[in-house]
Amino acid sequence: MSKLLKVEKIKKHFKTSRGLLHAVDGVSFELEEGKTVGIVGESGCGKSTLGRTVINLIPATDGKVIFQGKNITSAKGKILNNVRRDMQMIFQDPFSSLNPRMTVSEIIREPLVTHRIKFGKKEIEEEIDYLMETVGLAPRLYNAYPHELDGGRRQRIGIARALALNPKFIVCDEPVSALDVSIQAQILNLMQDLQEEKKIAYMFITHDLSVVRHMSDEIIVMYLGVVVEKCLAEKLFKRQFHPYTKALLSAIPNPDIDVKKNRIILKDEIASPIDPGLECRFAARCNYATEKCFKETPYLRSIEDYHFVACHYAESL
Amino acid sequence: MGDILLKIEDLAVSYTTDNEKVRAVNGINIIVEKGETVGLVGETGAGKTTIAKAILRLIPTPPGKIERGRIIFEDKDLLKISEHEIRKVRGNEISMIFQDPMTSLNPVITVGNQIAEGIRIHQKVSKAKAEILAGEMLEMVGIPLERFNEYPHQFSGGMKQRVVIAIALACNPKLLIADEPTTALDVTIQAQVLELMLKLKEDFNTAMIMITHDLGVVAEICDKVAIVYAGQIVEFGTVKEVFKNTAHPYTKGLFAAIPSISGQKLKRLHHIPGLMPDPTNLPLGCQFSPRCNCKLECCDELPSEDIYINENHFLKCHLYAQKQKEG
Amino acid sequence: MTEMLAKNNEVKNKVKKQKKSQFKEICMRFSKNKLAMFGMIVIILLIIMAIFAPFIAPYSYDEQNLKRSNMLPSRQHLMGTDNFGRDIFSRIIYGSRISLQIGFIAVGIGVLIGGTLGSFAAYYGGVADNIIMRFIDVLLAIPSTLLAISIAAALGPGLTNAMIAVGVGTVPNYARVVRASVLTVKEQEFIEAARCIGVKDHNIILKHILPNAMAPLIVQATIGVASAILSAAALSFIGLGIQPPIPEWGAMLSAGRTYIRDYWHIVTFPGVTIMFTIFSLNLFGDGLRDALDPKLRR
Repeated sequence: MSKLLKVEKIKKHFKTSRGLLHAVDGVSFELEEGKTVGIVGESGCGKSTLGRTVINLIPATDGKVIFQGKNITSAKGKILNNVRRDMQMIFQDPFSSLNPRMTVSEIIREPLVTHRIKFGKKEIEEEIDYLMETVGLAPRLYNAYPHELDGGRRQRIGIARALALNPKFIVCDEPVSALDVSIQAQILNLMQDLQEEKKIAYMFITHDLSVVRHMSDEIIVMYLGVVVEKCLAEKLFKRQFHPYTKALLSAIPNPDIDVKKNRIILKDEIASPIDPGLECRFAARCNYATEKCFKETPYLRSIEDYHFVACHYAESL
Repeated sequence: MGDILLKIEDLAVSYTTDNEKVRAVNGINIIVEKGETVGLVGETGAGKTTIAKAILRLIPTPPGKIERGRIIFEDKDLLKISEHEIRKVRGNEISMIFQDPMTSLNPVITVGNQIAEGIRIHQKVSKAKAEILAGEMLEMVGIPLERFNEYPHQFSGGMKQRVVIAIALACNPKLLIADEPTTALDVTIQAQVLELMLKLKEDFNTAMIMITHDLGVVAEICDKVAIVYAGQIVEFGTVKEVFKNTAHPYTKGLFAAIPSISGQKLKRLHHIPGLMPDPTNLPLGCQFSPRCNCKLECCDELPSEDIYINENHFLKCHLYAQKQKEG
Repeated sequence: MTEMLAKNNEVKNKVKKQKKSQFKEICMRFSKNKLAMFGMIVIILLIIMAIFAPFIAPYSYDEQNLKRSNMLPSRQHLMGTDNFGRDIFSRIIYGSRISLQIGFIAVGIGVLIGGTLGSFAAYYGGVADNIIMRFIDVLLAIPSTLLAISIAAALGPGLTNAMIAVGVGTVPNYARVVRASVLTVKEQEFIEAARCIGVKDHNIILKHILPNAMAPLIVQATIGVASAILSAAALSFIGLGIQPPIPEWGAMLSAGRTYIRDYWHIVTFPGVTIMFTIFSLNLFGDGLRDALDPKLRR
């Protein structure tokens, strides 16, 4: 099966008054139709910036994004317009990602009208009805305003909006982080159903390892703009090689009270990715760091069958 | 059975806006023993924050109203004592920390002085002595003394929350109420802060009410847990009992809805259909019955009552009551 | 099964018809605010007064009768007469035409030009923002009344020139208000979402940013009408702008100030009228802003 999306060494740097901020520093992955790649990391790791760079909401500083065989990196004009139909995004905050002055139907109508997907008032209305039904929004909410609805319903509106253009790829930026547990389960199930039915590929960005485990086929762990570990989803939970991944996994409070707690506590806090040098970005917090770690950049390398780590000492830890 | 520190009896709180009455809390009973950590778990709108604020009388009245109930703390009913007396309790015997560390601290006062201020309000000590004590608190929460004179914006989220904890514990309160203290923090930072809270709990023997929606946090840090739904406690017991012997359908639903980190990966998550009831229009019978998949006929009409499974575990459920009668 | 489909369709059709009454909803929300309604009624009355002035006013605005000058209010002259024997009541009625015209048109000019500049500066940022805002800063360095005066002096006297002068004087203020508002709204995620769908820039500004940035602008604009009326008065005061005998409330106010000790009525009635108008405009503006905000609960 040919790859739907290929991201090659994508970089995004921001100029700040204190120096050059390396938000994303060389991330690569491939994605097939109907599959999900999970991007995991804490705040400041660059995962949201990565998502926005891949779908061209912000232009990449370097690297390539190849979608369906075409290079769409930093596309503009007509090409960008076509890209928009195939690559969409679901946002994190169900409060601020919807225009408070537009009703549910107006929000869903907008992409249809902008791209002239359907013509004629009747066809457009039918399409809106269909989309609302697909995401589980009751017909009586047609003229409701976002502030009248709860987080779960608002997120469904966001999903309907993303689906309106029939995209093949959707970046999901922490789509369930702001939702309660039971609503979260509803939305995750919905997203899975949509993926099965329409063969949509997801780039699922989250900080929640249990959610990413549930949704992803492949997982990429990011730290300060670089990939520290990459492998198939289940493999990551069976065995982790990078000290950060291990710490991340051990840090999650586990509701299963039978599982023994073996918490790895890291030193200090996440540093800022401004003008980083050659050192391993995790070295300052790592319990195993040696002199080498502060001098040489550990590049992502294969340690097992389709399991990549960026650590000098991955085998021995 | 340790000594009882705090006893909430049949507390009911409502908010009146325009012409609607929001029944936020509808008759809850909680007992917190000395040194014990009780978790209050529930989803948005369940009423957990209202319960916490009611204890310290932080609910604005209007639009809020304490409909009924007593909150007994060391032989005093906190709802009835004077304003002067409750102020002596706040920050001194009962402290509270809030969810968002970004906005809990005053941006124009140094962190050291914010801790010292709390000390000076409740203890008759000189400014110099207060500063020494504040410095000790800073070190105790893992912040170097050199940072005493720095301002909140110079600290990261996790460190700010540590400062907030330092302020809360500065006067060695008997009870600490923590309202989702780690929800806004990254996972690895959350781990650090929870470790800190556990350690301090041991050192000071502070009792704690921990409000959270995260069952994992409850498993880590709580001794007992209360599941809050639509302003009521639908299940209460020791963590071991409630987690291993889950009885209430809502609690079971919550557990089933969490994607697991260890254990088997499910293809589809179980989800509880529907939403929490509108607090301005609560159902007549059991609050959960509109969403329950194992309800009896009486569930829609009769409000459910507390049924005791054993001395460490009770819940509100007609079905369970029936099963118990059948033996 | 078909029953359910039919019921569904019924629900849908009922709900779709509801959309058109959104305007009604705004009106309903507004009508619940008693003060705002009061303000609106006064303004409507003023507008009616302005339109039907020739039918309402008992005398013409320039009808002089020197034998009956400076008369206190009486049955023939409800608000008395001024130093030329002209009926003050009639002059106030005709004056509403002038004042309201200046107020609304001047603000209209200000909002259009200032608003466009402000939203451009905020939306495109960078160099465009810098250029536009530095230009605005230059204008802001001059007090708006002085600015209006210099423009009026350059253009010459007359109603149209007065409107332009006052209008341009307000441009910097609206530019800043709109820019601040747009900057705030621009940061919201739904703007990013609109770009993600592929909505063109001009549509983003018109359909997404401006409706949400309107609230501060509405309040400023209604206050602006009030202050435009005052600015026009200032202009007439020094002989620019509206020329006599055209009755402009501010001009009447300034002309009467020499007689204030003996003939209080010449100053009081125009003064009270200005005050009342401004007050009503403010109430109306506040009410409108609240009614347009879908998030405020009734």
